[in-house]
Amino acid sequence: MRGSGIFSWRRFRAIISKEFVQMRRDRMTFAMMIGIPILQMVVFGFAINSDPKHLPTVILAADHSVFSRSIVTAMQNSGYFEIVKTVASEAEADLLLNEGEVQFVISIPEGFSRGLVRGERPALLLTADATDPSATSNALSAFRLLAETALARDLEGPLRHLRRSSPPVEIMVHARFNPAAITQYNIVPGLMGVVLTMTLVIITALAITRKRERGTMENLLSTPVKPMEVMFGKIVPYIIVGYVQMGVILLAGRYIFHVPMLGNLGLLLLVSLPFIAANLGVGLTFSTLARNQLQAVQMAFFFFLPSILLSGFMFPFRGMPPWAQHVGGMLPLTHYLRIVRGIILKGNSFAQILPNLWPIGVFLLVALSIGLTRYRRTLD
Amino acid sequence: MAEATPVIDVQELSKSFAGKTVVNKLSLRVRPGEIYGFLGPNGSGKTTFIRMLCGLLRPDAGSGVCLGFDIQKQADAIKPLVGYMSQRFSLYEDLSVRENLNFMARIYDLPKQHALVDENIERMGLGRFANQLAGTLSGGWKQRLALTACLLHQPRLLLLDEPTAGVDPKARRDFWDDIYRLSEQGVTSLISTHYMDEAERCHRLAYLSYGKLLVTGTADEVVAASGLTSWSVFGSNVHLLITQLKDVEGVEQVVPFGNTLHVSGHDADMLEHGLQPFMDGEYRWQKTAANLEEVFISLMQDREVA
Repeated sequence: MRGSGIFSWRRFRAIISKEFVQMRRDRMTFAMMIGIPILQMVVFGFAINSDPKHLPTVILAADHSVFSRSIVTAMQNSGYFEIVKTVASEAEADLLLNEGEVQFVISIPEGFSRGLVRGERPALLLTADATDPSATSNALSAFRLLAETALARDLEGPLRHLRRSSPPVEIMVHARFNPAAITQYNIVPGLMGVVLTMTLVIITALAITRKRERGTMENLLSTPVKPMEVMFGKIVPYIIVGYVQMGVILLAGRYIFHVPMLGNLGLLLLVSLPFIAANLGVGLTFSTLARNQLQAVQMAFFFFLPSILLSGFMFPFRGMPPWAQHVGGMLPLTHYLRIVRGIILKGNSFAQILPNLWPIGVFLLVALSIGLTRYRRTLD
Repeated sequence: MAEATPVIDVQELSKSFAGKTVVNKLSLRVRPGEIYGFLGPNGSGKTTFIRMLCGLLRPDAGSGVCLGFDIQKQADAIKPLVGYMSQRFSLYEDLSVRENLNFMARIYDLPKQHALVDENIERMGLGRFANQLAGTLSGGWKQRLALTACLLHQPRLLLLDEPTAGVDPKARRDFWDDIYRLSEQGVTSLISTHYMDEAERCHRLAYLSYGKLLVTGTADEVVAASGLTSWSVFGSNVHLLITQLKDVEGVEQVVPFGNTLHVSGHDADMLEHGLQPFMDGEYRWQKTAANLEEVFISLMQDREVA
């Protein structure tokens, strides 16, 4: 008899086909199911590169000779270094490193060629912004090798004997900001941005969607309460939550991971506000687009995924192809990571983080105005 | 009473969503202290009309006054004087009864909030649930909490959108007792409902269909205006008649009520003539007044034909 038995294929198929009908109705979920794997594939497959090349390098040369030119050429040929500039002073080079403009400074000291010819083993200094050890380690090991081989070609004829006193130059590598190459120093401050993005986007998107789903919004709006009071009243608690999270991470970073904190933490807390607000703006926008809480979570995830992968949190930013860097450059997390690492690990001042602050400001304005416009429309 | 300024006095209010007219040139006048019943099929525009009155929606066209304020321009002045209860339970399920009420008291910026909330909890009999989460209350108590919440600020007008849907008869009785008590105190209520017994409890009724107001008046006036004639048939096997009677010329509705049938139609003579062959002694026939349900169903059918 049909309908009896332990497992009926007919009933089973009825449930399966009903699931597919429902899946098709929820367009957003359907799009996400297709979109998230594609996004992951593009990001993991094309954008992520754990062996970053073409890292911006400046030359601080006090000695111009065939030898220094050979070294510079060899560095460029290695593919790891890309000479972007020549600077005249150490202060200028330091500024570029501090602001994160360049990854390396190659310093060729005065009298380098004379010392080399005399067999005095002059020093060749490569200073690296080693905040993110994974971004620089390959380049650094390549550098040691290439400096020797590059000079070997120039040391011909009467200078041939210098090759034997290997290496003919003293190669010095100065890993700034994170000399011991401790990954936690880079990850823990970065985590602050990641946690804030995750909580603020997901929670605000969820909270406001839930409110509408349950109909409590309708009740509130029939009272004398103003839409702006509702919205700011909803958002401010999450800003406070954001700061509590920052506090927890800072304390853990300081006392558990022993991350050196060079910069002004007050400055950090202050400049975190636009970042927090930018994420809330995204959450708010999502809440106006999502028809239910599941969609809100999916959209938040859709934003979170590129944020974590393309911002330089997980993988070196400079290892990514230009298009991925452009995408990453639009995300607030990318700039916030540079600010946090800049303040904590490099002791950056307000002026030094400014280049990364304004993109967050722009993002904030765009996200918040879209969010607010859409939010107001949902009320009518 | 009739001379008093109307609490609601709107002319030709219209609202459409995405090109679909939901409320079509609706004019309505409600007097102070009146309990005004708002009826009509699902999707007839009752909720939209109520939302326009309390400032949740802005009318596309039309004008009107609610509690002396212009509904187009002075929604902010109206809101503090109105208590609105939405169709769905819209308080916070994850707050307790007392927390919900405290929150509403603060939103309305009421003086002596805690004493006021205690007093209301006491008066509405919510005492034993005061610290229970609203989400865990039964349907009837949720409704009672929602009513309490919208009475906290002592509104002069209550806009209640299907307040008793899914609520048991005892809770409905209690609810109506409250509404009558408030009416005595001069509070006006506009209540939408699908229950005919509740419609009969209202001082006046309005029937809405596809956004248009079809009839207004007291229950008796509405019945009289319908022009329906009704017959009741009594007998042990009246249900056997249903199919046959439906085909008789002049019969528009045949409705069974247990061992009674209600047969009604607009043309009294044609109806009586058509029913004659069935009045043969096995069943007892009696001419009765049409009831509200028949009137409303007939209004709905007329609309569908037209």
